[in-house]
Amino acid sequence: MTAQGPIKAEIEVGGGTWRFPANRPLRLDSGAQLGPLEIAYKTYGALNADKTNAVLVCHALSGDQHLASTHPVTGKPGWWDRFVGPGRPLDPERHFIICTNVVGGCMGTTGPASIDPKTGEPYGLTFPVITIRDMVRAQAMLIEAMGIETLFAVVGGSMGGMQALQWAADYPERVFSVVCIAAAARHSAQNIAFHEVGRQAIMADPNWCNGAYLTAGVRPEKGLAVARMAAHITYLSEAALQRKFGRELKRDGLSWGFDADFQVESYLRHQGASFVDRFDANSYLYITRALDYFDLAAQHGGVLAQAFVGARKVRFCVLSFSSDWLYPTSESRDIVRALNGAGCRASFAEIQTDKGHDAFFLDEPLLDATLKGFLAAQAQARGLA
Amino acid sequence: MSAIRPDFAEILKLVRPGSRVLDVGCEDGELLELLTREKQVDGQGLEISPEGVSAGLARGLAVVQGDGDRDLDHFPTRAFDYAILSKTLQQMRDPKHVLSELLRIAEQAVVSVPNFGHWKVRWALLSRGRMPETGALPEPWYSTPNIHLCTLRDFVSLCDALGLRIDACASLSGGRPARPIDPRAPIENWRAETALFLLSRKTPPEEAAAAPPPQNLFGEVELPKAEAPPPKKRARARAR
Repeated sequence: MTAQGPIKAEIEVGGGTWRFPANRPLRLDSGAQLGPLEIAYKTYGALNADKTNAVLVCHALSGDQHLASTHPVTGKPGWWDRFVGPGRPLDPERHFIICTNVVGGCMGTTGPASIDPKTGEPYGLTFPVITIRDMVRAQAMLIEAMGIETLFAVVGGSMGGMQALQWAADYPERVFSVVCIAAAARHSAQNIAFHEVGRQAIMADPNWCNGAYLTAGVRPEKGLAVARMAAHITYLSEAALQRKFGRELKRDGLSWGFDADFQVESYLRHQGASFVDRFDANSYLYITRALDYFDLAAQHGGVLAQAFVGARKVRFCVLSFSSDWLYPTSESRDIVRALNGAGCRASFAEIQTDKGHDAFFLDEPLLDATLKGFLAAQAQARGLA
Repeated sequence: MSAIRPDFAEILKLVRPGSRVLDVGCEDGELLELLTREKQVDGQGLEISPEGVSAGLARGLAVVQGDGDRDLDHFPTRAFDYAILSKTLQQMRDPKHVLSELLRIAEQAVVSVPNFGHWKVRWALLSRGRMPETGALPEPWYSTPNIHLCTLRDFVSLCDALGLRIDACASLSGGRPARPIDPRAPIENWRAETALFLLSRKTPPEEAAAAPPPQNLFGEVELPKAEAPPPKKRARARAR
């Protein structure tokens, strides 16, 4: 294992691709089986002798396993770089931090762009529909294969937070604590609606070729870029957009045409254009579908509290952002209410910020302090100190 | 650590070891931490400020950001042995509802209230004809958070109306140790600056069914309206 990226040289950075044999497929909620399964992952820090210091970080829709090391495609720092490091909430000197690329993703874990061993061609739309629960089941297979019985913490924001909740619901005895940031226990109609816009944009791109664009040697870049642009608006608050761009123009004066006159247009176009370099359009379809299908209460007879009755020993920390309209505070409160109802040890805070959903990637001192405090106290309870 | 605050010391005496405790308005979690350390309680805090929640989490406590006025409804019935509300009942929009909720959520409630019948308060009003500002009630009328003040006698009569039993009562004043009192004694309505109550419901145990399994906790929560439980007969019907 070699150190790389912005992490200090003494921190162990590891990872690779875990290949499960064909006789150990991933059993999916849809009833299908996916195999042979490959899971791409990164690790930071070292597993202690008791194997009690492992933290699983779950990424969001457009994230991947490159949590805190340079992204191989973009060359940018890891997506939660500012959270990982000595003295930070996730400390590789104390935690063994694992981040996996989700099933259906496009950074090494089996997904629609992977080669279907049956045909020798990329799966494309023959890839089975996956769920958040499937993603978590795959992670559980990896954790088990690593010989880790109990995770010290499962931490995630947005879609990662949903996975963290699913962990508590499905594997409560294998999780000591759960941190769920800016997430929800189910996708709302508005969430689904925005995702549908994104999917339609991809599928309307002639280069999408009914999902078989890899075989055709093209890429539906325009459609994927539009999907990303639409989604990106939902990650920001109106106040943040206004503060950042207002009605600023890119050049002096208007073009009297349809060029990107406004800074905000140019910003969104850039977001769209850079996303297509690192993301697969079909992965976007599959992962957004998994999110839309997510409804933790529905898995438990419509009663969310029922999802957590087995998790009374798990310590939960639920956090939301006041200006997040994608997964608003009310969604987090519903989670907390259900946790209280199930008799779980739950903590909850709404962080005041005008940065919207994306605040969990950004500099929010109270978020850092809260998480650091929570994880430090849990470490003490776990005897990690 | 410095000496324990007298009100905390008194609460510490009231709480059974190993019990489940909800601290409403737990601030930075000092009391809960004390109870956890000294009495090994299984504690849960409710605190309105995110900074308070953050401080509580750093102490290893479970703290939910929320408001005693609004968020008690979301806790299941009889989830705790004790619900503690120290010094803020008079700041609630609906103290009667809050009090009733505390005793739905918990077997017993620990509640403290500043006594507006204290002689200093009466004297300030009588002599100066202005709203009193005392040690227990330090702020002027226009900025005080204390919007629902009562005398000891008022509070006792509310407990009667809600069908609550006063299991213990102590008077607190200044930084002096607590003094057990009979809150119904007229003299105490003059001399107790703040009173700390341990309350429970009068309904006999067989009526107080164990907590039902959590139901309907997602979205619209249906909970019994927090009207004053009228005399015993109807209370039985409501207890389900």
